Amino acid sequence: MHNEHLILTEVTIDFPTDKGPFRALDKVNLNIKKGEFVSLIGHSGCGKSTVLNIVAGLHQATEGGVILDGKEVNEPGPERAVVFQNHSLLPWLTSYQNVELAVKQIFKGDKSKAEVKDWVEHNLELVHMSHALHKLPSEISGGMKQRVGIARALAMQPKVLLMDEPFGALDALTRAHLQDSLMEIQENLGNTVIMITHDVDEAVLLSDRIVMMTNGPAATIGEILEINLDKPRNRIELADDPQYNHYRSEVLRFLYERHALPEKAA
Amino acid sequence: MTSTTMGRLEQFGLGWSIPVIKLLTWDQPFKQLNVLFKSLVIPLVGILAFLSFWHIGAAQIQTSLGTLPGPAQVWGQFTTLVQEHKDERAKETAFYQRQEKRNEKKLAKNPDAKIKFRPYTGSPTFFDQIITSLITVMTGFLLASIIAIPLGIVCGMSAKLYSALNPLIQVFKPVSPLAWLPLVTIVVSAIVVTSDPTMPKAFIISAITVTLCCLWPTVINTTIGVSQIDSDLNNVSKVLRLNWFTKVRKIVLPSAMPMIFGGLRLSLGIGWMVLIAAEMLAQNPGLGKFVWDEFQNGSSNSLGRIMVAVIVIGLIGFLLDKMMLTLQKKVSWDKNAELR
Repeated sequence: MHNEHLILTEVTIDFPTDKGPFRALDKVNLNIKKGEFVSLIGHSGCGKSTVLNIVAGLHQATEGGVILDGKEVNEPGPERAVVFQNHSLLPWLTSYQNVELAVKQIFKGDKSKAEVKDWVEHNLELVHMSHALHKLPSEISGGMKQRVGIARALAMQPKVLLMDEPFGALDALTRAHLQDSLMEIQENLGNTVIMITHDVDEAVLLSDRIVMMTNGPAATIGEILEINLDKPRNRIELADDPQYNHYRSEVLRFLYERHALPEKAA
Repeated sequence: MTSTTMGRLEQFGLGWSIPVIKLLTWDQPFKQLNVLFKSLVIPLVGILAFLSFWHIGAAQIQTSLGTLPGPAQVWGQFTTLVQEHKDERAKETAFYQRQEKRNEKKLAKNPDAKIKFRPYTGSPTFFDQIITSLITVMTGFLLASIIAIPLGIVCGMSAKLYSALNPLIQVFKPVSPLAWLPLVTIVVSAIVVTSDPTMPKAFIISAITVTLCCLWPTVINTTIGVSQIDSDLNNVSKVLRLNWFTKVRKIVLPSAMPMIFGGLRLSLGIGWMVLIAAEMLAQNPGLGKFVWDEFQNGSSNSLGRIMVAVIVIGLIGFLLDKMMLTLQKKVSWDKNAELR
């Protein structure tokens, strides 16, 4: 029992439709250890985001449930902070104010004014955004916005960091920078992370385990791949690493051979 | 010229003056001339064309009160109205001076004598009527906004409440002010029993009629604006467990602000139109009453004076909208958005 941190048991969800309930997820079972970095990978529409939203508490499982540190998850909360795909910063607040909103909300009464300020600045420092504290989201690039989004999530001191394709909307170079930052942060803070991704390289580079999902409807976990590569990892060294390339091809084989998206007939 | 001063000028609707100032400082003179041509000369040509059309057209129309007045006659009437206003003010000052002298004399004779102060009761001039109308429309509009914005926010946040209120909104929205007026008049007369001269019944009746008609655009726009909040931002507020009030203040209001302002501007425009009609029908003091009195008066000057009122009503409506636009620019977080 000592290793139990985040447990998904028989998680099943039905969405009501005009033609009766649509089963999006079917019996997802997953055990995540503290400090583990888990990626969810699968084709579009396989219910990856649904799994994440259930852990976040934004969706309720029809059957089964999620337990975090012995407590059932049934509503959203800051101990399961979410980094959204399109950053979701409040466009009328500066980077600083966006993080400050979260900090003030979560540490209401626990931190003095000066402590709040330090904590906000510290988290923006972690994502290398100290140079643009007082800029509005519309004044900074997409990668920078995503950095602020991560800082906001980190500032909540979450038990689990949930990332829904955090780098999906970014160009390849920016994505690489952010992946490096994320590895560095996770190395230092040891957060438990669940990340959804479409990107095989990203999954192998960042994760301790890759959870590969079958196609929907009634999607579930197909295979789980342990990534036993030493940390910290370096993308350039790993490029020629046979073990790394083996993991890559495992994931690719799963996605494109065993669970290729069936060509829609007609 | 610094860009901040230019921004300020633009904010106050004086954007057209920028090229003039730049031209004077010989900053890219040809470009400024071009801008000036587009923003000043072309509108002026339009206005001149209208004036000449009016001048020629009006002369052809014979009415029971003489020829329809052209621009020159209307301008003449305007100066007359200004003069009447000045005369009335002079009379007022004279009245108070006489009263004061009389009281001083009394006191000199007998220090214990009771002295009386009587307020001046001359007839309101055209400009007094403008002030009355402006105060009335702003009161009605503020009252409507105080009701409509919170109502719109709760409607936008709760689909159930919206379903409950939507039919009522849709039914009351198209009701003409002229239909509300008799109801409001009778109800206010029954409820408000006051001899307080600063809150006369007529003022309350006009203001409430304005309120009833300019509630709806703000309610509808606010509802739409609030219900269209990005679902990701809603999720952010859920993850942060923001309470209702903080959510409204930090997320709902800023993101619905452009729609709310759209509604407020429509409301104020409608309110101003409604007020003039209400004042005419109910004989409540204000510009509407001025127009109606001139219509009843039927002198050879009446048509000209009504036309002055028409133009002034239009100009004030335009300025009210400009004022709202300036306010919107002031509170808008998105300084890049093009507001017009």
